[in-house]
Amino acid sequence: MNVNLLEAKNLKVSYGGINAVKGIDLEVKEGELVALIGANGAGKTTTLKALCGLLHPSGGQIHYRGESILHTPPHRLVGQGLALVPEGRGIFGRLTVEENLAMGAYSRDDAAAIRTDLERVYHLFPRLAERRRQSGGTLSGGEQQMLAIGRAVMSRPKLLLLDEPSMGLAPLMVQKIFETVLAVAKEGVTLLLVEQNAKLALEISHRGYVMESGLVTLADEAKALLNNPQVRKAYLGE
Amino acid sequence: MDIFLQQLINGLTAGSVYAVVALGYTMVYGIIQLINFAHGEVVMIGAMVAFSVIMALAGAQPGLPPVVIVLAGVAAAVPVCMAVGYLLERLAYRPLRHAPRLAPLITAIGMSIVLQHLALLIWSRDPIAFPQIIPLQVFEIGGAAITGVQIAIMLVSVVMMAGLSAMIYRTRLGAAMRATAENPHVASLMGVDIDRVIAVTFLIGAALAAVAGVMVGTYYGIAHYTMGATLGLKAFSAAVLGGIGNMAGAMLGGLLLGVVEALGAGYVGELTDLCHASFLSDALVERCARDGHLILFGSNYQDVFAFLVLILVLVFRPSGLLGERVADRA
Repeated sequence: MNVNLLEAKNLKVSYGGINAVKGIDLEVKEGELVALIGANGAGKTTTLKALCGLLHPSGGQIHYRGESILHTPPHRLVGQGLALVPEGRGIFGRLTVEENLAMGAYSRDDAAAIRTDLERVYHLFPRLAERRRQSGGTLSGGEQQMLAIGRAVMSRPKLLLLDEPSMGLAPLMVQKIFETVLAVAKEGVTLLLVEQNAKLALEISHRGYVMESGLVTLADEAKALLNNPQVRKAYLGE
Repeated sequence: MDIFLQQLINGLTAGSVYAVVALGYTMVYGIIQLINFAHGEVVMIGAMVAFSVIMALAGAQPGLPPVVIVLAGVAAAVPVCMAVGYLLERLAYRPLRHAPRLAPLITAIGMSIVLQHLALLIWSRDPIAFPQIIPLQVFEIGGAAITGVQIAIMLVSVVMMAGLSAMIYRTRLGAAMRATAENPHVASLMGVDIDRVIAVTFLIGAALAAVAGVMVGTYYGIAHYTMGATLGLKAFSAAVLGGIGNMAGAMLGGLLLGVVEALGAGYVGELTDLCHASFLSDALVERCARDGHLILFGSNYQDVFAFLVLILVLVFRPSGLLGERVADRA
């Protein structure tokens, strides 16, 4: 429980000539659920993209399971158990639901276990089972988010980075997605959750980070952040 | 002889070849949004390599069955073309993957010129004639003739297209290719090595081009270092007609273009015979009484039809027959 699964030190990322992340420290311990909250444009998504190798940091260090992953391309990191559910879900609209899920298991070659996992995902999301032959583009926003999470689970991640899973969803669907996130966490997957919906995110998390214009301004236990007057004022709408 | 049926058969034969070549354009476009204008030259190199081998074998081993000789030509052309296709991607296009779109496009045109002149240096400007090894077999259907070579070309094309479709829609690699075409970033998050998928796409396209080169060379009985230019443009037109980036579209576009071209060539002389309008002048009446015909455009205008189709598609339906959205980037 006390091992650092992921550790970023003084991480800096420039993106299109803008210093989006200006040197942050962040760690996620094995088995934790960590929330990263902040306003639009604070650098949360950029941070996640750098952590999973989609963006190359302009400075700092990233260690995953004790090893530097600064120069590891994203397609290798999936095989090592680090997966990202991207902002906007990134569903392959022209592939069927089942093909999308199979893509999640692309880095694996244990066919029998993949089939078992597929049934597990269908059990977790019966809606996806009903639509397994439909193309991903025909799903509703909530169903696409389920598919995105299910697809990431198919890679058997140790650490799952989730970028705004509640974005653009109806309140009822948000509730359902968060229940699923918790279910995935219960299965032993470590989670780093980026969310606009700070209240929900902090309620289910162990710890939280608050980002503001490219810097981490607060880092604490999730409960403490929920009671922090500053956080309550800026992010919880009080 | 039934002109319509005959031209339909001829058109479907040429169209099968266009379809196979068009697949190479459309696959590459689908995955990296590049129109690989050097693709026609890969077809030409396939024909040249195969013809060199076929000539040598037919001369040295005249007893070999023609099928074996042609297959030996294909066996030589395929790896050579795959190497050319791979090198094109690796050396010319990959360094420009994040450059503005015009840069790789101009590079593709440049590579087309480079390949054409490499072929000129290797094979000289003289055309290579296909040796007379295949006995002419003609079958009759409904008043039209179809040759053994035509049947073989259509069969081989159908088998290759079916094989490719099965690969794209039934295998893990195919799914990775479709995923990459749709969203390369997310595909890489799934563990897909994008560079590898792009390289494989070029390899497959080049292998198809090699076989197409042998087919078109055998059909017309000649291979020449400039043959890739027109053929490439026609196949590109076919890909646009079907909807660039769409595989089924490339196949449909290829066949349609071949048929339009053949029917156009078959009927243009008849339709532009000025003797139908001999009432226009006394000179015409006189001339028609003597010759019977005064044809304005002959079947040598065949190539016009392919490009007429391209222009019409670009004006009225830029996304092509099966394309999903209007291409705003090409």
